[in-house]
Amino acid sequence: MGLQGATSTPHLLWFFGIATCVKLLLIPSYHSTDFEVHRNWLALTHSLPLSQWYSDETSPWTLDYPPFFAYFEFFLSIFANLIDPQIVHLKKGLNYSSNTVVSFQRITVILSDLCMLYGVYRLTKDLDSKRRTLIWVLVVWSPMLMIVDHVHFQYNGFLLGFLFISLSYLEEGRDLMGGLFFAVLLCFKHLFAVAAPVYFVYLLRHYCCGGLVRGLRRLLAMGAVVTAVFAVAYAPFVYHGQIQQVLRRMFPFGRGLCHAYWAPNFWVFYIILDKLLAFFLRKFGFATPTPEASFTGGLVGDSSPFSILPQITPVTTFMIVLLALSPCLIKAWREPQPGMVTRWVAYAYTCGFLFGWHVHEKASLHFVIPLATIAVQNMDSARHYYLLSIVSCYSLFPLLFEVREYPIKVLLLLLYSIIMWLVFSAKFTDGEEAKATAPIKKEAGHVAAKKGGFLIRGIEKSYLVGLLVVEIWGQLLHSIFFGERLPFVPLMLISIYCGLGIVYSWIWQLRWIIRSPES
Amino acid sequence: MEKRRGRKVMKDKEESVDDDPWRWLVHKGIVASFLCIAVFALLVRAAVSLHPYSGAGNPPKYGDFEAQRHWMEITINLPVKEWYRNSTTNDLSYWGLDYPPLTAYQSYIHGLFLRFFHPESVSLFTSRGHESYFGKLLMRWTVLSSDALMFFPAVFYFVIVYYASRPHGQKTDIAWHIAIMLLNPCLMLIDHGHFQYNCISLGLTVGAVAAVLSNKELVACFLFSLALNHKQMSAYFAPAFFSHLFGKCIRRQNPLLEVSKLGLVVLGTFVLVWWPYLHSMEAFLGQIRAPSNQGFLYGLLNSAFSFYIFSFQVHEKSILLPLLPASLLALEEPFLLKWITFYALFSMFPLLCRDELILPYFALSALFILIYHGPSGRQDRRKRLSFNSVVTTLLVLCSVLLHIVYITMQPPNRYPFLFEAVIMFLCFSQFVVLCFYSNAKQWSLKRTIFMDKEKKLL
Repeated sequence: MGLQGATSTPHLLWFFGIATCVKLLLIPSYHSTDFEVHRNWLALTHSLPLSQWYSDETSPWTLDYPPFFAYFEFFLSIFANLIDPQIVHLKKGLNYSSNTVVSFQRITVILSDLCMLYGVYRLTKDLDSKRRTLIWVLVVWSPMLMIVDHVHFQYNGFLLGFLFISLSYLEEGRDLMGGLFFAVLLCFKHLFAVAAPVYFVYLLRHYCCGGLVRGLRRLLAMGAVVTAVFAVAYAPFVYHGQIQQVLRRMFPFGRGLCHAYWAPNFWVFYIILDKLLAFFLRKFGFATPTPEASFTGGLVGDSSPFSILPQITPVTTFMIVLLALSPCLIKAWREPQPGMVTRWVAYAYTCGFLFGWHVHEKASLHFVIPLATIAVQNMDSARHYYLLSIVSCYSLFPLLFEVREYPIKVLLLLLYSIIMWLVFSAKFTDGEEAKATAPIKKEAGHVAAKKGGFLIRGIEKSYLVGLLVVEIWGQLLHSIFFGERLPFVPLMLISIYCGLGIVYSWIWQLRWIIRSPES
Repeated sequence: MEKRRGRKVMKDKEESVDDDPWRWLVHKGIVASFLCIAVFALLVRAAVSLHPYSGAGNPPKYGDFEAQRHWMEITINLPVKEWYRNSTTNDLSYWGLDYPPLTAYQSYIHGLFLRFFHPESVSLFTSRGHESYFGKLLMRWTVLSSDALMFFPAVFYFVIVYYASRPHGQKTDIAWHIAIMLLNPCLMLIDHGHFQYNCISLGLTVGAVAAVLSNKELVACFLFSLALNHKQMSAYFAPAFFSHLFGKCIRRQNPLLEVSKLGLVVLGTFVLVWWPYLHSMEAFLGQIRAPSNQGFLYGLLNSAFSFYIFSFQVHEKSILLPLLPASLLALEEPFLLKWITFYALFSMFPLLCRDELILPYFALSALFILIYHGPSGRQDRRKRLSFNSVVTTLLVLCSVLLHIVYITMQPPNRYPFLFEAVIMFLCFSQFVVLCFYSNAKQWSLKRTIFMDKEKKLL
């Protein structure tokens, strides 16, 4: 086992190297306003004293991540200043997008992916080399990370790295370290706190056990560690009396239930149901109020954006998420198994995605990538991951709306589907002969459907074919049949269709968790 | 047939398979591996297309991109007879067509495509120097589609044919060879960066090579004649084709009929530049005396090298021509391929710097090195170095240093092209060395094959 470890770690670096070459080539591609957001954070952490970081309003892209991320941007800004001082100039650097700043920021994302590399290495180092290689291929070459981090522009790679490191410690049984890294992660991006209930219950039952005294001592130890981490992050702001401002920035609940592009979650169906009900009730002559508020804007006073169905508030979504999480929490309470932690945490992020408030479609990364690490465990998980990753990746397509990136995102998804199919076939059809090849059509979903070996069921096949139909409709047929009218329909179709897939994934995960055997 | 043989090979090597990190890529056969690698190669090409092209934003003449766009403008707006004639509507001094008619027909088809989606980019006169987001995108897509439709199927055909005669070949070797051919950094940088259509003529050439290796000589003649008619530089390979096919014909029952059949296929489409041919007389003679598939591939390499080294007005992009047979021979001569790719890239470095393609240059070079040195269960492929490693390391260090010097320092005023000259001299020296090596290899090949044939006759 040790020898295999020695020979296969260079493979991980090799996979990473190939991905890095592609990432370097993608440097001049489209980047979203998130790019300017991070550039602005570089500027304000560099040019302003700490007490003004969370209150500066020079740019509309204000700092809304927890302090560790701000320290991270401060660290990067030192190098940015050496390379090109205009990057970190508060006023002159506004909307600065020359080659230097683009290359610099893109390269920081590429380098920060090393953290994810370490995380996935740590998470898989006790597996056999075959399984390990397959997981590395699935994670390091994930098209979702490529699209979101390296084109659209974000820093999800290294945050997921911290998550993986934390999960790897938990799986090893070193709960204190696991808790420490999770606390660190929370101080980088508080969105990861959706899994906090799972962590809390698991650590309480797994770590703080073995009698009252020992349990209490361990509880205090864990509490001390977490408090210490939070202290390091927030203490300077408490000292400057800025803590209220920090919290206000981090939790802007003035936004609407949905993001401008509806993330494919449960609320899409809720909204559609409300609209349909309103439409039919109006047809039958009932007087239904037309809502003043919109779904994507903020809450307008007391008025609800819904005509028929009850209003949804942030608190409501919070309760529903907890409710959805409860089976998982109960399982974790009854039997805290280290082997199930990754699945529970992924489930937590799935619930957060499906039922949360103002969810971005990018948040699907939080549960899809961790699920890649358990996809090779058995055929069922592999099939589920195959479907889920294709659907989530496709739901990210509207992020790259420029024509230039169209072949790139399609090829990324196509390549990943082919790789996944090859990887899962290799793992699950050992010794079986592959059936004769049918003529190959270069379409996602079709490739898997036509080959033998790794099989997906008919309903899943047709769902994937449906993705193709949705895409053709959005790109081609809609403008032919409708011209310029109803321009929101293609995007809405994507949200709804992918939402179905995500709900399916949620149900599958829930079933798996409930049915997992207790020893 | 191939898959069954391949699968049998796989079963024999079951023990080493478990540790093989590439089993997932190759276990479904050549077609699946090719598909996977081809989609990746297309992705890399699409990514390279994001970068600048030659002459971007550089009036009045711009560069190769503008030349190709201009040819589309000329071919769709003027009748066929006017395409090569100097007239008021077709000013030959502004990027006149200087490739044979197949390039013109291809420009016509692509011009129709551009006119359908973006007419302003190819309208007569008014589109000169047209540079727009959408125009660039459409142009890049014409190269991508040409590559996918011409070069990729040709490589697939070649791989099938080449490995049909090598039943003991390892599947991972086949996948490696496919990757080496499809992820050739020079071709990607020139076609999808600088902007050209070498993929079409090289694709036709590879198809012709594959046809020769599978004994379909008429198809080979046809495809190679098409290649010649797309870019006359394909004539670099003509001696090799001619000598091999002629040698085969002589051995048939009715040589005159065979030769006239080939001649008929070739005749209406041939334009040659003959004088450099004298420099590759040995390779030419060698193939007539004892034609073999192996010898044919080496003949291609030597013939192309001679033309490149001694021809008049050779562009640095012409290094793509010797590079092609080198990549076809990748499994036999891995070090040769690595060395020629390295110096081919380096010889194009000044050109790519002018086009602002430095980033893709380094990214694709890194990608090539990674693919070349990919992790593999078998190690013996790596050990086939036959050159002094101190010398090679020194040369590599010199080259790296020259890269840095070229990017960072200014040449002295008296010798403004000093750095280019030094780079070209270094590359030239390596090409000459490699040329000698491959000529020597082809000769020693002749002797062994000749001797084997003699033994068979006895």
